[in-house]
Amino acid sequence: MASRDIHGIDAPWGAFRHVGRDLRKVDGLAKATGAAMYTDDIALPGMLHAKTLRSPHAHARIRSIDAADALRLAGVHAVITGEHLPVTYGILPWTQDETALAVGKVRFVGEPVAAVAAVDEDAANAALKLIRVEYEPLHAYLDPFESLARHDPPIHEGRKDGNVSKHVHLAFGDVDAALAEADVVIEDDYVFHGTTHAAIEPHCAVGHYGADGVLTVWSSTQITHYVHRALARVLDVPAHRIRVIQPCLGGAFGGKSDPFSLEFVVAKLAMTTGRPVKMLYTREEVFYTHRGRHPMHMRYRTGATREGRLVGVDATIVIDGGAYSSYGLVTTYYAGQLLTGPYAFATYRFDSTRAFTNKPPCGPKRGHGSVQPRFAFEVQLDELASTLEIDPIEIRRRNLLGEHTTTVNGQRITSNGFARCLDVVEHASNWKTRHGQLPFGRGMGVAGSMYISGTNYPIYPNPMPQAAVQLKIDRSGLVTVFTGANDIGQGSNSIAQYLVAEELGLALDQVRVVSADTDLCPVDLGAYSSRETFMVGNALIDACRKVRPLVVRAVADHWQVDPSRVRFVDGVVVELDDPPLQPAGVAVGGEARPGASPPDAAAGRRWMTAAEAFQLAEARFDTLGATGAYNTPTLGGDYRGGTIGAAPAYSFTAHVVEVSVDVETGRITCEKVWIAHDCGRALNPMLVAGQMEGSAYMGVAEALMEAHGVNRFGLHAGPSLLDYRIPTTVDTPELAALIVESLDPEGPYGAKEAGEGPLHPAIPAISNAVFDAVGIRLKHLPFTPGKVLAALRARKDAAAGTPAPALAGGAR
Amino acid sequence: MLRLPRFELRQPTSLGEAVTLLREEGAGAMVMAGGTDLLPNMKHELFTPRVVVSLGRVPELRGITRDPDGTLVVGAMARIAEIASSESVRKQAPALAQAAGLVAGPQLRRAGTIGGNVLLDTRCQYYNQSYFWRSALGFCLKKDGVVCHVVAGGSRCVAAASADCAPALMTLGAVLEIVGANGHRTVAIDEFWLGDGIVNRRLAVGEILVAIRIPPTPPGHRGAYGKLRERGSIDFPLLGVACRLDVGDGDRVEHGDLVLTALAARPKRIPQAASRLVSTRLGTEEFRAAIDELGALAHRQCHTLANVPGDQEWRREMIPVYVRRTLQAAAAGNGPVHHV
Ligand SMILES: Cc1cc2nc3c(=O)[nH]c(=O)nc-3n(C[C@H](O)[C@H](O)[C@H](O)COP(=O)(O)OP(=O)(O)OC[C@H]3O[C@@H](n4cnc5c(N)ncnc54)[C@H](O)[C@@H]3O)c2cc1C
Ligand code: SF4
Repeated sequence: MASRDIHGIDAPWGAFRHVGRDLRKVDGLAKATGAAMYTDDIALPGMLHAKTLRSPHAHARIRSIDAADALRLAGVHAVITGEHLPVTYGILPWTQDETALAVGKVRFVGEPVAAVAAVDEDAANAALKLIRVEYEPLHAYLDPFESLARHDPPIHEGRKDGNVSKHVHLAFGDVDAALAEADVVIEDDYVFHGTTHAAIEPHCAVGHYGADGVLTVWSSTQITHYVHRALARVLDVPAHRIRVIQPCLGGAFGGKSDPFSLEFVVAKLAMTTGRPVKMLYTREEVFYTHRGRHPMHMRYRTGATREGRLVGVDATIVIDGGAYSSYGLVTTYYAGQLLTGPYAFATYRFDSTRAFTNKPPCGPKRGHGSVQPRFAFEVQLDELASTLEIDPIEIRRRNLLGEHTTTVNGQRITSNGFARCLDVVEHASNWKTRHGQLPFGRGMGVAGSMYISGTNYPIYPNPMPQAAVQLKIDRSGLVTVFTGANDIGQGSNSIAQYLVAEELGLALDQVRVVSADTDLCPVDLGAYSSRETFMVGNALIDACRKVRPLVVRAVADHWQVDPSRVRFVDGVVVELDDPPLQPAGVAVGGEARPGASPPDAAAGRRWMTAAEAFQLAEARFDTLGATGAYNTPTLGGDYRGGTIGAAPAYSFTAHVVEVSVDVETGRITCEKVWIAHDCGRALNPMLVAGQMEGSAYMGVAEALMEAHGVNRFGLHAGPSLLDYRIPTTVDTPELAALIVESLDPEGPYGAKEAGEGPLHPAIPAISNAVFDAVGIRLKHLPFTPGKVLAALRARKDAAAGTPAPALAGGAR
Repeated sequence: MLRLPRFELRQPTSLGEAVTLLREEGAGAMVMAGGTDLLPNMKHELFTPRVVVSLGRVPELRGITRDPDGTLVVGAMARIAEIASSESVRKQAPALAQAAGLVAGPQLRRAGTIGGNVLLDTRCQYYNQSYFWRSALGFCLKKDGVVCHVVAGGSRCVAAASADCAPALMTLGAVLEIVGANGHRTVAIDEFWLGDGIVNRRLAVGEILVAIRIPPTPPGHRGAYGKLRERGSIDFPLLGVACRLDVGDGDRVEHGDLVLTALAARPKRIPQAASRLVSTRLGTEEFRAAIDELGALAHRQCHTLANVPGDQEWRREMIPVYVRRTLQAAAAGNGPVHHV
């Protein structure tokens, strides 16, 4: 990492003007009023509409496809199949196992097989019904254990390890010895069922092939750059003749971070027909496209001393990957690599295997790969606490990892506010006087977590910057920021505005952000791994600090004062007293705006507008602009896979959840969640709180309601928002977002991530709260009322008859 | 978005015109009230009408009025939200007001009507799906296919009656007023149902439901509705329980009724409810024993099927709980029984 990648945590002009305030998002009003332009709002002259024919079989060979009748239908311009787009792709360079349309065989119900471009959607749909596909059905694998046990026929041909998508086995220290010596070992199985993102905007893409030979694709993607690369590969068009643009986006949560069939299809159809082509997925198609959270079957063994100090953790994980790799290689690593905080343990081993199955492919969902193990481990830790009769918060304190340290698997930890997160939720929830003391049926649970703030591992290995920005400084006083970052609702465009305004001393409306357009913006890797604020933020500061001295110098020379006496505040440049006032003591009023004379002017001090300053600088130094970049330092353990999960900083979270359990219906009601999250510095506390609340909401939903799966016929169990139940407002608990700021030495002004970490503890904290409420341990998600009733009955039977199996020493 | 197939929209402005139109168009036409069931089903290609006759402009079907004899006359086009908040319905037919208040979510309650609710198509997880999905499954008896996926080898469709208001109306002895090409007829709602999930009601092609007549209830009338569902809004019932208690002097029950829905093709009455409840006194051990017993009876008589998505065993287990809780709520003069 170059020194330019660390910028310190202090305000650039003494005191923060924008950072730390509850500011509006740049696109908030446009979204609220309906003015925002989403991909589906694009309508180009002569545009065609495309639809996808999908596989009705979970696993089958394609014998033949006959599209002659479809092509004859009035209004139909083109029909394409796998033979027109045979080149494989995949988000990771090592697992390029997808094609835009099935080639030779299909691997899940809903897989794209052919596509039609027609004058409108109705004509395209009618044409789909005329395409005849002959299939030879094959045995469908719906269970990952079956996939691992047999692979004839295999889901993917030509692999040496059958239906294994990825296997990772890593060990740190002698776990067996540690567990053998432990005073207590808890061993159990945990199941995560699988959930999906359910972003409100369905995937949409528009392709346009210009007379100049430039292919433009607008897409609801969160990874413009990788889509750009994949399009070049699959369409065999040089990347410099492809432009990818992400318009306003209606939610993603990881569900738009692969290249998808529709992006290639609209591009190909646009090139074939010479017309712009749009494809908008139906909600059902979004469920087939999926890439949601992997189902995982997890066995954990955790050993501790009598005092509750963790000595070893041993995990065996089987992951249901669905039909394709997607991010699965990373998921398989993350499932183990991301567990090694916020608690220290001296020995650790994990063995995780991702199996292919004939289901919609799984991928990254908010908290990629680590939400499932976190659930298992935090429930096990709670069981350890109750076995040892230690307060659950206390046992977590006894194992704190601490700051500026290294984890057992070699990850560098910088700032760490986890201890404070625990304090904050303990205090806010009145834990001490309430946990273990509420009436039967009501209870409280705690859980903690750690998550990456960006990853040092670019998806394709390369030495170039991971984030880059460009600034254009205009005579009008406007600064335009060009960033490849994808604003998916998390607010990366807003953060860019705040940071540039802060660095250059401008009013917010003097900064506009152009993002996620590969023709205009320098490369950024995209919105995943919670990297945007951290990496793009640093790149922005880098760029600002290159250009700012020029402007300051132009003004200083004009006034013939030392540059230290030139200060930018909210778009006004003022001359400071000589010697300068105390650094933070700029006396210019908060209302100062370009055009209005600041109070200091009356005092006889010189001032000018930022626009005037820019003009002076432009006259002196030529056209003003700057680029900025960020790259992570060299991170990670010195072993194969050691860099996966290595992040320049980690966020930390603790939740306390209060639940009530209706023991007659088995229904769990999540009453309140206290969320303490260490985000480094809250650049905009309102956005941070929004992410914390949204994360906790999502976690609670995954625990209690949402379930993504296929039925016994291999069909999606309910591909609609009626059957896939995301909570409504009345189902949402009270959420208290309690921000903890640890000020990370390498984050922009000390900031870290807030978008994914705060989800993790919600799920185990609910299970732990249910234990406090009614004495049952829920280990299989989702926590449905039926499971609660069964567990209550088992508990009653155990109490009445045979003694329950010993908690310690392996309950199973 | 799923596309709505092409159709011709007709908007008659009188009941007579609507009847004529329907007679002319025959089986190719379907009636639309709020459209909240019709339109999604058309998008799924479950219904494929050539002509849709909207009742939105027919004045005769609107409003809630009271006849001189105290009968509440609820126009078929009265909105679900209107019914939930109507003072007269809340007083005279509390179970109906409660059931209406729990239909779908707020937007759908404003669009949906009571007529459409009574005539709601039966529901099944293998039926209420897109054409593509159903084709991948190989279709089923109820539409386009020959087998049932709920009851293996079954020759009868058991799709679930899922209208929340229907069981409440049954406890109220409601009478349906229907017009068609052959004139006007009335039918007790109890007599209206068929035990066939494909078509579960006796409404001839071209007939229009005009109004629902709810006979006066005695001053001691109490009623409640209990609804089991996963979310606190939007979801169709996983189980619906409507009950009635007419209470006389000394808190003694003079009439009682209990009807469950979301089980099979038609709502199911527990026939022993009346005899078991009558002459018990609210608040006594005897009343508690009666409702416990009715819960157990209902559990024995009602079976849950995989027609409705979710955990069938849990739904069945909830039958006695919801029966008890709903009867308790009615006795206490409150309700509905709902988890939020
Ligand atoms: C997401 C969602 C959730 C829902 N949840 C529930 C729920 O929880 N509980 C529930 O009960 N319902 C629910 N519904 C179904 C529906 O919204 C209601 O049942 C509503 O009351 C139907 O009324 P409507 O006026 O919209 O009916 P429409 O859709 O207009 O009509 C329904 C049927 O009745 C026929 N019809 C309507 N009026 C007449 C008439 N006067 N004469 C002859 N035929 C007529 C139509 O031809 C059609 O077959 C839900 C619907 C959706 C989309
Ligand atoms: S019960 Fe369901 S699967 Fe069976 S025939 Fe009826 S709709 Fe089809």
